Amino acid sequence: MQKVYNRIESIAGNVITVSATGVKYDDLALVTARHGESLAQVIRLNGEKVSLQVFTGARGISTGDEVRFLGHSMQISFTENLLGRIFDGSGRPRDNGPTLEENLVEIGGPSVNPAMRIIPRNMIRTGIPMIDVFNTLVESQKLPIFSVSGEPYNQLLARIAMQAEVDLIILGGIGLKYDDYLFFKETLEEGGALSRTIFFVHTASDPIVEALLVPDISLAVAEKFALQGKRVLVLLTDMTNFADAMKEIAITMEQVPSNRGYPGDLYSQLASRYEKAVDFEGTGSITILGVTTMPGDDVTHPIPDNTGYITEGQYYLRNGRIEPFGSLSRLKQMVNKDTRKDHRSIMDAMITLYAAFKESMEKKSMGFRMTEWDDKLLKYGSLFETKMMDLSVNIPLEQALDLGWEILAECFEPQETGLRSDLTQEFWPKVKAEV
Amino acid sequence: MAKTTGKVIGVNGNMVSVEVEGDVSLNEVGYILVNDQKLKSEIIRIRGSRVEMQVFEMTRGIGIGDPVEFTDQLLAVELGPGLLSQVYDGLQNPLPELAQQCGFFLQRGIYLNALDRKKTWDFAPTAKVGDVLSAGDSLGTVPEGIFTHRIMVPFDVQGSVTVEKIVSPGVYTVDSEVAVVKDSKGKSAALTMMFEWPVKRAITAYAERLKPVDQMVTKVRIIDTFLPVALGGTYCIPGPFGAGKTVLQQVTSRNAEVDIVIIAACGERAGEVVETLKEFPELLDPKTGRTLMERTVIICNTSSMPVAAREASVYTAVTIAEYYRQMGLNVLLLADSTSRWAQAMREMSGRLEEIPGEEAFPAYLESVIASFYERAGLVRLKDGNNGSVTIGGTVSPAGGNFEEPVTQATLKVVGAFHGLSRDRADARKYPSIHPLDSWSKYQGCIDTKQTDYARNILFRGNEINQMMKVVGEEGTSLEDYVVYQKSEFLDRVYLQQDSFDPVDASVDVERQTYIFGIIFDILGAQLNLSSQKEARDFFSNLRQNFLDFNGAEWQSPKFKELEKVIRDMIQEKKDGFDSVAQSLLASAR
Ligand SMILES: Nc1ncnc2c1ncn2[C@@H]1O[C@H](COP(=O)(O)OP(=O)(O)O)[C@@H](O)[C@H]1O
Ligand SMILES: [Mg+2]
Repeated sequence: MQKVYNRIESIAGNVITVSATGVKYDDLALVTARHGESLAQVIRLNGEKVSLQVFTGARGISTGDEVRFLGHSMQISFTENLLGRIFDGSGRPRDNGPTLEENLVEIGGPSVNPAMRIIPRNMIRTGIPMIDVFNTLVESQKLPIFSVSGEPYNQLLARIAMQAEVDLIILGGIGLKYDDYLFFKETLEEGGALSRTIFFVHTASDPIVEALLVPDISLAVAEKFALQGKRVLVLLTDMTNFADAMKEIAITMEQVPSNRGYPGDLYSQLASRYEKAVDFEGTGSITILGVTTMPGDDVTHPIPDNTGYITEGQYYLRNGRIEPFGSLSRLKQMVNKDTRKDHRSIMDAMITLYAAFKESMEKKSMGFRMTEWDDKLLKYGSLFETKMMDLSVNIPLEQALDLGWEILAECFEPQETGLRSDLTQEFWPKVKAEV
Repeated sequence: MAKTTGKVIGVNGNMVSVEVEGDVSLNEVGYILVNDQKLKSEIIRIRGSRVEMQVFEMTRGIGIGDPVEFTDQLLAVELGPGLLSQVYDGLQNPLPELAQQCGFFLQRGIYLNALDRKKTWDFAPTAKVGDVLSAGDSLGTVPEGIFTHRIMVPFDVQGSVTVEKIVSPGVYTVDSEVAVVKDSKGKSAALTMMFEWPVKRAITAYAERLKPVDQMVTKVRIIDTFLPVALGGTYCIPGPFGAGKTVLQQVTSRNAEVDIVIIAACGERAGEVVETLKEFPELLDPKTGRTLMERTVIICNTSSMPVAAREASVYTAVTIAEYYRQMGLNVLLLADSTSRWAQAMREMSGRLEEIPGEEAFPAYLESVIASFYERAGLVRLKDGNNGSVTIGGTVSPAGGNFEEPVTQATLKVVGAFHGLSRDRADARKYPSIHPLDSWSKYQGCIDTKQTDYARNILFRGNEINQMMKVVGEEGTSLEDYVVYQKSEFLDRVYLQQDSFDPVDASVDVERQTYIFGIIFDILGAQLNLSSQKEARDFFSNLRQNFLDFNGAEWQSPKFKELEKVIRDMIQEKKDGFDSVAQSLLASAR
């Protein structure tokens, strides 16, 4: 059933209204305007009045343009042919390749039954000590990188993607700068990963509504591949653009904002995307790594704040390093008990001492006399920062744990570390290594 | 009477407007018919013949004119034997059964029986023909795991009824008739082992409400010693994300000394429920020797599940809690997070275009939160036994700022406040409950005068620490420095507790009292320390031994050995005892 209407009654922001019958909530329509065609999605029904958000924006649409209802909600073709391809936010090719129309699947489908979930169990090794030792990444985790603009978050994302042992990478670009898009493409190409990558890229110059579709399309495709046994890594950068697009629509629809203009359902909207991360028993998995740039470096801003409540931790990227404070992998305890028995304890001890180092730094900066203990901490802090925190460090977990002990032994006596005696007896380096 | 019907006239997110023909009531359940599916919904506003409904499902595909059937029933849950160890969604749909039917994904429009109709129960009647009973009185009992599950006269029965018939002892399903009762008007009704109760109405079939006094032991030291919770009391855990709300509730759900735990996973991560779901069937409750699952009910309406059902889920949970309370049991309801429930209300209120209050929460937020916590309480039942519902809710304040509507409304009504601190969490000081900002109105296992003394040391230690940041250690007197060291020591070895250590994770009252005695001895001691360095070394050694001590099995050889080491260390440096502390000890004896 494809009904055609020729009378658009109102146009506001990216939302148009037509009078129509037989239309279902969430259905798609094709709007044909002078400058071309665009998909639009039903976002409200009120009697005969149907409100639609137009994916390419309502600019240039005239009240006499044609609206054709398609009788289904948003779909995407799911086939092996997606691999190595590049699409835009609406699923149209960006790479001069053919349009894919076979095997269409619905996007934004229902969520996984919690009773079917399993406890995450596989560590994803990244070679980055600040991740592997302190905030281990786990298969099926959803984790954003919190960052201010200007930090190398996309580089970090790409590096993790290249090192992680996954079968498939889906890059969802939301408001991505064109240069960054090219950077991802080149990095994956050089790493030989392009053939196992699918791009859904909305760039900063594309219509804003399309930004809203990227997570759903990416995750719908990820879900299908995961059900076929693939371990899929979905990269979403930058989710702040996604939330801002939502804010824009909400304001157009005159919704009462809850917090700094963001709609009251921001949490639920973000959650329904991030919660797609899952490990399907007996088949594949979806791991989501996102980027959330923090407006004004403010972690209490509604976007990072709501994100933090949803995701299973966050990597806090600041001054080119993953900060130990604020960074968190909530799933680390699922896997770090099985790596090496000193893993958890040394992780805690090193962080506690690093916190003490920060205090000593503060005292020092205020001109206080440094005690012997302060001096130990200062030495420790600087070793920790250069040997462990620096993003250029690339070593396996076991080596990183050994390095931790060496740094401690270089600076402290065992009983000063707060580590239990049975561990220090076993792991404390017998001869001080030169670290 | 013909059932009321209607037609859809508007769809806005998960809210549907319906034109009705006939009578309807607020909170009445209706079903929207979409293709071959029936989508459960609840009436949330009535204006003439136009009603607004919140749909407990995804609303994709609903169209204008779709038919709606009303049920004349309020949103209700099934109560009866077999609730324990179940995993339900917010509307009491059993999730494992749903998975068997639908696979990995939730499927809308499928509503299964909450209670298994095939399972049989060993019914032993306690009522006799001719007995005069009223709502909540026992008809008989069935064993449910380790509990004696009372089969009761439904709570909505008005006045008294006379038993006309009661079945003999035997094996019955929940829906088979076990009794027939006659009311004062002479009308007979058949009763089964199960009945329904509307979730948004509190169950009041008891003799009286009592003031909560006895402690609910959580085995978390900082709570039981400093910020206790009472059986039948209420408490809240506000905290920014990652501060440890969920882990704290998880350890409480394992270790709390109560009969039954209801876990309401409300609008947060599904993965967190899975841990409980997979681990509880394996973990033994040391008190009963049975698995933890057998004392647990999980209501799971996580963040990506329909928002309207999330709003309902906390009521489903508290209704089940009240039901088991009616059997003279102590029930603990843990809700994580009440903010998500409040947000669900906010989403609906926004769609209804109600006049928004602060941060767009509805104006009635406070009263709704208050009446939810009011459903906790200690009650004396008609049979003289006591039962209780204790409610502990986490709060997820926007930006971690407690000056927001949900935290503030909650603080007005609860009996204890366990505020989690970002700073403490960042410094890995778990559980990150702020020892000075938090409070409790209940009485704990240790004499309040002694805990106040300890708290005062924390307070002074904190002040001295602040001052030291300005004047440096060199500008701090040795006396103050020792107080600071004492407070850090107390913090590290007593307030902080390792939730993942098999021994340290749960510390019962006996051990807490014993350990606190040693701690008090240290806090009150005048120590013979000659320099700041000596003080620091002394406490760092003491701390080390104490941490090992905390990890040693109660009264094991290692425990005794370390206790001796610690006591010797104190003895060696102790040079008298603070007079205030001395008098507190004397008055306690
Ligand atoms: N008691 C604890 N002991 C050790 N680690 C903890 C503890 N509480 C919290 N954590 C750490 O903090 C993380 C976040 O805790 P969680 O309870 O999920 O926070 P919230 O619910 O407040 O967002 C956990 O995954 C864990 O790594
Ligand atoms: Mg939580």
